[in-house]
Amino acid sequence: MKLESRIPEGSLEQKWTKYKNTARLVNPSNKRNIDIIVVGTGLAGSSAAASLAEMGYRVKTFCFQDSPRRAHSIAAQGGINAAKNYMNDGDSTYRLFYDTIKGGDYRAREANVHRLAEVSANIIDQCVAQGVPFARDYGGLLDNRSFGGTQVSRTFYAAGQTGQQLLLGAYSALSRQIGKGTVQMLNRHEMLDLVVVNGKARGIIARNMITGALERHSAHAVVLCTGGYGNVFYLSTNAMGSNVTAAWKAHKKGAAFANPCYTQIHPTCIPVSGDHQSKLTLMSESLRNDGRIWVPKKKEDVEAIRAKKLKPQDIKEEDRDYYLERRYPAFGNLVPRDIASRAAKERCDEGYGVNATGEAVYLDFSSAIVRYGKAQANVKGLANATHEQLVELGTEVVKEKYGNLFQMYEQIVAENPYKTPMMIYPAVHYTMGGLWVDYELKTTVEGCYACGEANFSDHGANRLGASALMQGLADGYFVLPYTIGNYLADEIRTGNISTDTPEFVEAENNVRQQLESYFKTSGKNPVDYYHRRLGKIMWEKCGMARDEEGLKWAIAEIKKLREEFFAEVRVPGSMQGMNPELEKAMRVADFIDLGELMCLDALDRNESCGGHFRVEFQDADGEALRKDDEYNYVAAWQWTGDASKPNLVKEPLIYENIKVQARSYK
Amino acid sequence: MEGNMNLKLKIWRQKSTSDKGAMKDYQLGGVSPDMSFLEMIDVLNDKLIREGDDPVTFDHDCREGICGMCSMFINGEAHGPNRGVTTCQLHMRSFKDGDTIYVEPWRSAGFPVIKDLMVDRGAFDRIQQAGGFISVNTSGRTMDANAIPVPKEDADKAFSAATCIGCGACAASCPNGSAMLFVSAKVSQFALLPQGQPERKERVLNMVKQMDEEGFGNCSNIGACEVQCPKNISLENIARMNREYLMANIKPEN
Repeated sequence: MKLESRIPEGSLEQKWTKYKNTARLVNPSNKRNIDIIVVGTGLAGSSAAASLAEMGYRVKTFCFQDSPRRAHSIAAQGGINAAKNYMNDGDSTYRLFYDTIKGGDYRAREANVHRLAEVSANIIDQCVAQGVPFARDYGGLLDNRSFGGTQVSRTFYAAGQTGQQLLLGAYSALSRQIGKGTVQMLNRHEMLDLVVVNGKARGIIARNMITGALERHSAHAVVLCTGGYGNVFYLSTNAMGSNVTAAWKAHKKGAAFANPCYTQIHPTCIPVSGDHQSKLTLMSESLRNDGRIWVPKKKEDVEAIRAKKLKPQDIKEEDRDYYLERRYPAFGNLVPRDIASRAAKERCDEGYGVNATGEAVYLDFSSAIVRYGKAQANVKGLANATHEQLVELGTEVVKEKYGNLFQMYEQIVAENPYKTPMMIYPAVHYTMGGLWVDYELKTTVEGCYACGEANFSDHGANRLGASALMQGLADGYFVLPYTIGNYLADEIRTGNISTDTPEFVEAENNVRQQLESYFKTSGKNPVDYYHRRLGKIMWEKCGMARDEEGLKWAIAEIKKLREEFFAEVRVPGSMQGMNPELEKAMRVADFIDLGELMCLDALDRNESCGGHFRVEFQDADGEALRKDDEYNYVAAWQWTGDASKPNLVKEPLIYENIKVQARSYK
Repeated sequence: MEGNMNLKLKIWRQKSTSDKGAMKDYQLGGVSPDMSFLEMIDVLNDKLIREGDDPVTFDHDCREGICGMCSMFINGEAHGPNRGVTTCQLHMRSFKDGDTIYVEPWRSAGFPVIKDLMVDRGAFDRIQQAGGFISVNTSGRTMDANAIPVPKEDADKAFSAATCIGCGACAASCPNGSAMLFVSAKVSQFALLPQGQPERKERVLNMVKQMDEEGFGNCSNIGACEVQCPKNISLENIARMNREYLMANIKPEN
């Protein structure tokens, strides 16, 4: 297999414009005869399906939830980046491009990232036209805030529910098309295989989750917008249903999987409370605009806090270690996520963690509350406001900015974060790796595309905050609708695609056999038992810190786990009808294979970069040490039929516009 | 097991839409007060699977109160005894050792049961498809986002209405089975924004028509929907929708 990135010639600023001017088009009457399948209805899927239908294609869309509006994009909190420069703080398309490449630790493609920065401003225009209620200032214009890894304010937001508002915007565009009959929406359907005919993606096998029936659906192109694979760790901020199955089935049918080891561990999540835990909850990065992260300087204070003899409020200012401000004065609490997470781990590993498990640090809003309180007191002309009055006024401001997040925190932890600092710890959040795609977002299977978190394309080895929403909508609204035409221009003479061909029959039979196999074992343990074990292996050995010995151990453990899973898993019920345990079993089987690939990829990459931190490769200050001469490439893995022996194909990364250097936020 | 609460659960079991269904009793020990309500059901299901029984089917996904999947009627209240939260945000510390807890699906003509606690909320999607959008193309070639100033107060009110998660607690809690809180939240969001003006009348007429066709009842200002709404969507939205509907009917042309 040879990887062709198909990056257009010409200067960086002209590539996308030139591409659009020369890409082939499909005329409206031909579009009416072309079918496109879109799997997944998050930001990428909903926006792609709505746009393609609006252009005139016949679109079929699938989601496993009961409604397209439930996709996990809905849970994104903090915001969406766009190079609008409304704040007049020096932002530009180039700066957004540069920040994203640097934030990704120089492991992303220049051309893709520049295109993302170029279309970012259109996203905001589009969403406002759709009625997305972004936060506004008193003059009626849009407000912005800051996110990690940048020194400008370019993040648009809607309280702590930006993902919800953007997804409901895309869902409204999709609903409009469904109402018109241009999109056929299949809820509660799960894709269980990709059908490839003569080297081209021609459809999918899906399971109707209510009846249990397997269905064949054909199309001239298949677009996978199925999100990330963070749930390989069992505990993550992903939704319970988020899974890798659609992408993994495509992988097994020839789509290369790129950089699987690039995982984002988000620094500010609510710590694990016990063995019953089913998921972890994020506290938005936007909180680091106003929250300061610290642990006590003295071990005796740590002991006293753990024994509940002292409260965090009792620790004097000079006895607090604001370690991000100390280590990274230029960016302070707003360093990128990988750096903030490692710094939290470092303090906790040294014994400064502030909860019973020793795995928590403080995120403290007290100084922001007083700061906002003073500003409000000035506005209201309260010259001699007491400290209590300032706190009251400031609390109102913080509530308006982050109210829903504080409420979520209080529900889970049963503590009031306006009064007591939040306790937070890093957790798995996002996966930068994914299906390999070229500049046109096409995988290595002709006619099969991947958008949003499902592809590997824009974030390198670490994604900056508020960039996932940007990429999902950029891919779906503004990139794929152009690039897919370049392929479909050759399909205007194809005509309807039959689902009775041997390829469809074989794919359906394979899926049926896999499903049936789960009911043959007498079975010992439910699916979750194996999923939790896989998650523990991955978190401990392929999580925030990795090393050769640990990864080799993990690979051996995963092989054992796979054997036990297939021999001993207990799946109740039958193929017919609603069976959530069967759905989980299919997903966990794919997570096991993926977990092994992630460890192999992490083992192969003998350097540290972004979210991939190999303890063998760090500098004297504990910062990630890249090895650009050997590893400046995309690792694309090909399925060979044996999960333990994938084939590595490299796509070299060529930097023509940015000088590759050591990443510093000091 | 880490917890020490013992509970008696009475859970609605129904094999399929056509099945009659019945409440069934379960004893569950080892429940920790830090568990979420759904994690407690996970523990029950783990036990049921190991004992060879059929686990309880229920909708859930994000488990952080935003996707709107979870939909349980707990002790006679949508999303349980606490206010402003979804079932997944409800924790077992809200119950006591030895409690008996009743768990049922949404009960509303508009939401047929699929299995156990899982219902079909497709009606809500169809109402959205009838008019819950602004008819702009997705080209990105609109106008600059700051070309339309929106007074902060209107923007904030539109946002509050738009935070509806479409879970269906409103219709499930209403003695009339009315979905008006849900529909009015979307109507209000767009009625309050300048972008929503061109289709303002058509939208409310189409969405209300679809709502009626789905078999939801009418509003008689009882207010249970507002009390049970996990996102505190205000009853004011229903008043606004009624005004919008009236204006659209008496003055159909602008």
